[in-house]
Amino acid sequence: MQNIKVHQVGKILDASTSAEEQAAILAILDQNENVALDLSHCTYVSSAGLRVMLYSFKVAKSKKLVLYLVRVSDDVKDVMKMTGFDKFFTYFNTVDECLKS
Amino acid sequence: MQRIDLFPTHDYKGYKLRAGKPFPFGASVVGNAVNFSIYSRYATACTLVLFKNHAEKPFVEIPFFKEFKLGNVYSMMVFGLDYEEIEYGYRMDGPYDFQQGYRFNKEKVLLDPYAKLISGRDVWGVPPDWNSIFQYRGRILADDFDWEDDVPLETPIQDSIIYEMHVRNFTEDESSGVKHRGTFAGIVEKLPYLKDLGVTCIELMPIHEFDEFENSRLSPDGKGVLYNVWGYSNVGFFAPKAAYASTGRFGMQVDELKNLVKIYHENNIEVMLDVVFNHTAEGNENGPYISYRGIDNKTYYMLTPDGYYYNFSGCGNTLNCNNPNVRDMIIDSLRYWVTDYHIDGFRFDLAAILGRDQNGAPLSNPPLLESLAHDPILGKTKLIAEAWDAGGLYQVGSFPSWGRWAEWNGKYRDAIRRFLKSDENVLSEVKERLCGSPDLYAAHNRGIKASINFITAHDGFTMMDLVSYNGKHNEANGENNTDGENDNNSWNCDWEGECDNKEINFLRHKQIKNAMALLLVSQGVPMILSGDEMGNTQYGNNNAYCQDNKISWLDWNNLKKNEDIHHFVKQMIKFRRIHPVLRFEYHFGYCDYKNTGYPDISWHGVEAWNPATEFHNLTAAFMLNGQYAVGGNDNFIYVAMNMHWETHAFELPVLFENMSWYVFANTDVKAPNDIAEIGKEIEVKDKEIIVGPRSIMILVSK
Repeated sequence: MQNIKVHQVGKILDASTSAEEQAAILAILDQNENVALDLSHCTYVSSAGLRVMLYSFKVAKSKKLVLYLVRVSDDVKDVMKMTGFDKFFTYFNTVDECLKS
Repeated sequence: MQRIDLFPTHDYKGYKLRAGKPFPFGASVVGNAVNFSIYSRYATACTLVLFKNHAEKPFVEIPFFKEFKLGNVYSMMVFGLDYEEIEYGYRMDGPYDFQQGYRFNKEKVLLDPYAKLISGRDVWGVPPDWNSIFQYRGRILADDFDWEDDVPLETPIQDSIIYEMHVRNFTEDESSGVKHRGTFAGIVEKLPYLKDLGVTCIELMPIHEFDEFENSRLSPDGKGVLYNVWGYSNVGFFAPKAAYASTGRFGMQVDELKNLVKIYHENNIEVMLDVVFNHTAEGNENGPYISYRGIDNKTYYMLTPDGYYYNFSGCGNTLNCNNPNVRDMIIDSLRYWVTDYHIDGFRFDLAAILGRDQNGAPLSNPPLLESLAHDPILGKTKLIAEAWDAGGLYQVGSFPSWGRWAEWNGKYRDAIRRFLKSDENVLSEVKERLCGSPDLYAAHNRGIKASINFITAHDGFTMMDLVSYNGKHNEANGENNTDGENDNNSWNCDWEGECDNKEINFLRHKQIKNAMALLLVSQGVPMILSGDEMGNTQYGNNNAYCQDNKISWLDWNNLKKNEDIHHFVKQMIKFRRIHPVLRFEYHFGYCDYKNTGYPDISWHGVEAWNPATEFHNLTAAFMLNGQYAVGGNDNFIYVAMNMHWETHAFELPVLFENMSWYVFANTDVKAPNDIAEIGKEIEVKDKEIIVGPRSIMILVSK
């Protein structure tokens, strides 16, 4: 994949970090670059955090860009599945795999 | 363009504020502020109380300034709140006068009646801190689920097959094999099962926030705890029960429930809610302050002239449903569940209460019921009444309907049960019940679609227990077996409880198949109690509201053990779904008003065309004419019912020349020959069929 930038999400993605993370992701999309959201360090995503991810996805889509998720932990994936957030995303196990896709 | 009204005008202890918007009630996120709005007719002052999540003490209490009050509504915007991390409540000040009905106590922190998210009981069965000053805590919701193209399904009610179920009991047992036991997510995991079964609608027993610890106590054997498992006791009318969500511990129960609805809709299954607007969890004068009592006791409850609580619900208090403000709250709640959760219908618990005036007298034209019948948002929502209450008002057949309300047909249940156990005095009523109860619903153009037919429901025996117990066995409830219904019309097939006797067990399975066959060929809307399709037992407990254990939990091992019952029910559901002649919207003419050669329905006996009552009134047959069904070209269907204890030959009505009768089901035959695959029915060569003792045969024309 050309034109893709990796954004590393912090340990926790919740209301306390969501504004900052959202701004950082939108800044990439504003440059018309695709996003690989690397969640390898992220152990907890709250309701607000899921909304950051889905909002970013929708902004990307509206700009005809993509936003991929990389290394989502099983726990986070499980929460995403139960709340219906999982179906929107494409997932990769490593950043490399994502960049090569 | 930016809004110009989102700047603070006031400062209180560093918190930026401005006058709020009175509507909508509740807490709503508006830009960078949260708008708090609450109504109280009799309060003299109100304070907003804010806590960090799970904190014992509030971090700030903000009084509503005089200029933040409009009429009887307190509203205020608070800026810069990290709204995912806080919980909120109110203190109300005002008079305390028992006889006059005033119960204000500013020491109490109260839940917002419009809270859309409630914490405090986040994980099922985790004992709460009873010393906490704030037990049920309002939270602020990001109200932005992505529904994509989903809308309520609007399945015609006469085409519905309802499956009544309990969120926790459905999958809590290990045998369910799901990952997220006892939750909304668990129900999603069981979608393939329900799809295969063929039901069109799941009806969830109460999912509004309630407290499983309400009146919890040690079980009589001292080994466990009795809980409020069923949840017919509302804490909040706008919030789903957190502990029913696997993600409830993260406060994501709203998303989890919405995801369930969305996925079930994608698979053409509706989701209906059992709603309890007749009382609240605050009990009588000795009950706790949760919300309504402290916010506006006199508005929310029906009170006696001495200030006590009327108890038409049997649960301590009665919601004042026909007070205009309470009425508005109920309508707001129902609209919210339809607009925000895409709920397809509601079953109203003890709905007769909704038609009582503020002194408890039945109204002839209850404004609440009329408003619901004509509400624009609820315009296509199924409205089903449990048309009685605990105060003696019984309105089956007479519930005010405006052509919109259907009813749980309690008379159907009683008549069919009596017929199944060979009661000799019920056949004429059974004929009415099988035809959609025209004696109850032909008037006022209500039609067959007004009749929700059921033989079992959560109240009372399961189907397996109906054929296994003569009496209830509720000792485990700790009330000396005095609770629960006494009048069950059940028959144990000559042995009380489970047994190894093959003949008795064959008869019990046959009786279950008889019941399911009648339910699924009856005109009206069939409702199946979850688990009955696999012969689930509650060991004779007919009031298992407090049993959070094997008594209530659906044992999925039954699927194998009672494979024949499951297969039979599944085939019967399929049969109903492909034959529109079983699903009339309005009642029969009992004649051939379209000149097709046969009447729409005809009654027969052991002789064709002769519905004489013989053999103790226990034999009868009917024929449905497929030319009268929607589309005009369904098969003829013939159902022979022999509830006599001896075998009888039934002469078959002669069909058009090029047609023959084919046997679809015969409950007297051992599985797998008790029911045919659709299209593989077996041709009848004779002019009559032999119907075994206590058996039903179903035939189709081809």
